[in-house]
Amino acid sequence: MSAEAVKEASMEMQKKMIAKNYDAITSKHETGRKVASTFVPGNLNELLMCFDIVNNLPEINAIQAGMRKASGGYIMEAEKTGHSEDVCTYVKCDIGQMSKGNIAPNGKPYPNPDVLMLSYTGCYTFMKWFELLREQYKCPTLMLHVPYEGDGHSTKNMRDYLVKQLKEVVIPGLEQVSGVKFDIDRLRQYLRNSAKAEDDLVWCLEQGKKKPSPIDAYFGGVYYIGPIFTAFRGTEDAVGYYEMLRKEVQGRIENHQGPLTPEGTYFNDQKYRLVVEGPPNWTNFREFWKMFYDEGAVVVASSYTKVGGLYDQGFRHDPDNPLESLADYCLGCYTNLNLPTRVDLLAKYVEEYEADGLLINSIKSCNSFSAGQLMIMKEVERRTGKPGAFIETDLVDPRYFSAANVKNRLESYFQMIEQKRRGGGSKTVAA
Amino acid sequence: MSGKKKSVADIVSYCQEIFDDINFGYARKWKAAKPGRKVVGFLPVYVPLELIHAAGCLPLGIFGGGDQMEVIHGDAYYQSYICRIPRSTIELGVTNRLDVADGMLFPFVCDVIRNLSGMWKIMFPNVWTKFFDTPQNFDANIGGTYYQQELLELKEGLEQLTGRKISDADIQRSIKIYNENRKVVREVYAFRAKEPWKAPASEVYLMMRAGLLIDVEEHTQLMKDYMAAASAEDRPKRDNVRIAIFGSFCEQPPLNLIKSIEMAGCYVVEDDYALVNRFLTVDVPTSGDPLEALSTTYLKHSVETSCKYVPVEEDKGKFHIAAVKACGAEGVIYATPSFCDPALLDRPMVCGRLSEAGIPYISFKYAENSGQMQPIREQAGTFADSIKLWS
Ligand code: SF4
Ligand code: SF4
Repeated sequence: MSAEAVKEASMEMQKKMIAKNYDAITSKHETGRKVASTFVPGNLNELLMCFDIVNNLPEINAIQAGMRKASGGYIMEAEKTGHSEDVCTYVKCDIGQMSKGNIAPNGKPYPNPDVLMLSYTGCYTFMKWFELLREQYKCPTLMLHVPYEGDGHSTKNMRDYLVKQLKEVVIPGLEQVSGVKFDIDRLRQYLRNSAKAEDDLVWCLEQGKKKPSPIDAYFGGVYYIGPIFTAFRGTEDAVGYYEMLRKEVQGRIENHQGPLTPEGTYFNDQKYRLVVEGPPNWTNFREFWKMFYDEGAVVVASSYTKVGGLYDQGFRHDPDNPLESLADYCLGCYTNLNLPTRVDLLAKYVEEYEADGLLINSIKSCNSFSAGQLMIMKEVERRTGKPGAFIETDLVDPRYFSAANVKNRLESYFQMIEQKRRGGGSKTVAA
Repeated sequence: MSGKKKSVADIVSYCQEIFDDINFGYARKWKAAKPGRKVVGFLPVYVPLELIHAAGCLPLGIFGGGDQMEVIHGDAYYQSYICRIPRSTIELGVTNRLDVADGMLFPFVCDVIRNLSGMWKIMFPNVWTKFFDTPQNFDANIGGTYYQQELLELKEGLEQLTGRKISDADIQRSIKIYNENRKVVREVYAFRAKEPWKAPASEVYLMMRAGLLIDVEEHTQLMKDYMAAASAEDRPKRDNVRIAIFGSFCEQPPLNLIKSIEMAGCYVVEDDYALVNRFLTVDVPTSGDPLEALSTTYLKHSVETSCKYVPVEEDKGKFHIAAVKACGAEGVIYATPSFCDPALLDRPMVCGRLSEAGIPYISFKYAENSGQMQPIREQAGTFADSIKLWS
């Protein structure tokens, strides 16, 4: 893709926030600040902030590498050193990047982290990922084990286990790494900010119910969730970002506009409304997005925008119960929910957002998302009576993005939706 | 299995019959023998069998469909890049072969088995289906407290399934029975490590797999009979090298693969096939609170395997190195199922540590229905030759 993407003010603001965070990471030797590596789902950003620790997220670095078209080389590098072609490409991208000088998007080298904050939720790969990084960095690793909601809900035992780990492992560990004493009132203040930003995020996501939808809840959605899912939840910056985003969405509603495409046009002529399950592909992100708006398809709700919390289902960080609310947050991230709950949620989205059906982007790398998705599709189709479709790509491995295949499948899917509208039967478009 | 003095061939063929029976005839017969009996299936890699036994149920080890079952429906549930065990397990379910199981436990091994637990809930709503979690925090006060409560919930689930209470004495009795079983399992492994020509890996494997499908006390006796018969038999000692197998704890290789490794000149003297009955490495205390006993033993005395976190970096791979040394293996074959994230992500770390300890290794991938054994025979054969040459 040659032309620069056209960006709204909120996107520019987010870009600046990200750049500032990368600068904070890469200047740690000058500023003396400590850096934690940690993951998106179940991240404890507000808690890390209580210790003045800067948050570096390897998944986000992999996404950045994917969008800059550097991930393919990193992955091959990792495979050359004995990592299997079968495993999660985020891990290999991260490891390959390390062996290639570990340069951050600002052109400066990533410093080694002072702590690996392993708060993993919804995926076991995280645990191995940090075992692998630990070998290189030889820094302390703090583990927060988040149990899976196998029966479709969390239990008191799970919550107590998490709070105990926070009190007895994570907080003392972070105090030791940072030399800063924990202040629960500081945490409360950050959580208050989080809740405010979360309210605005939810409002924005719910505007997908409007026709035309003023948002794209998948391709646009990855921008909307950016600050809350990463290093900014709990900050004043994030509160400001979501206020701005809300105003932009409101403005589009007033003007009957759809979301802005990277080409700078408002996507108003929306023919198909989709719910999408699964993460996007990052190596061909704009090309992938274009396949949708070129055909008139807007995404009105997605599960990927819930991997860092199901705020739209009512969860808020709670300053009155700070540690408990961090526990509840970790437990409730999307991939920590069992399959029946995921099916319920997706079927609900199809209905509440009046979508034409569920599209699944199945990611080769990611068992956490992908194992069981074919059944999810069948179940959601059965319950909603709306046709589903299945495409396969990868996160950051360009070898698994076949534009022609994806395009073909999308086109057949849209034809099927047309047919369904004309009263024909539903049939699945599958691999 | 009846009769007095059993030969190795009798025992092995009995085990083979149970192993081959993907309709779970033994469990069906066991269940039909008394009204009200229940069967509880479980997937890899570990569940506390003692609790299932204490509930009066038969624990049934489900390790996929092996290489004899044609997977027709299962493939429609899984993409090509997901390992094979969940699809063949689904096949067992949709073809009613698993209708013998009144309950199914899906342990913590990985995201695939985890998600399969939810699929089972949707597909088989009349089966009591539970995801069974174990802690990754190994502090008795933190992970232990959590785990004991999880064990209690498992116990209550089993009570609901059977309609009868499980007392502490019931659990203690079962712990004793399983302690004895684990002791004899360890003896079989020690016997094989000492005289591997008398206890080929394929035979030991069949006996362990059958053991997870039959009554535990019968299995204990079977192993004792096997050791008695095998030590009496005069089997030729070959010039094979001694190897340990790691990475095969979940989806199992076809039996032919295990045989091929032996035919290539390797004596398997240690392995992590179907780990369940070796997951706890010492006896579980039989006095005091039985759930606390199970929990403490899990926290302090269980194997290192890819689905468990290793809290201290220096400890990574120590378990494997100690196991290699204890059994006198000369090399390691790290054999994993294709697309197995836990084992494949662990591979560079574990193999790196083996290398540092001067232990040679090779690695390859398999699927439970792999048919082509020639490449594996060649690879294992070359490995065996290289060990002989350099040792
Ligand atoms: S397997 Fe999926 S959820 Fe897990 S680290 Fe990789 S991409 Fe993330
Ligand atoms: S073989 Fe590996 S990936 Fe597959 S279910 Fe077992 S542990 Fe999970």
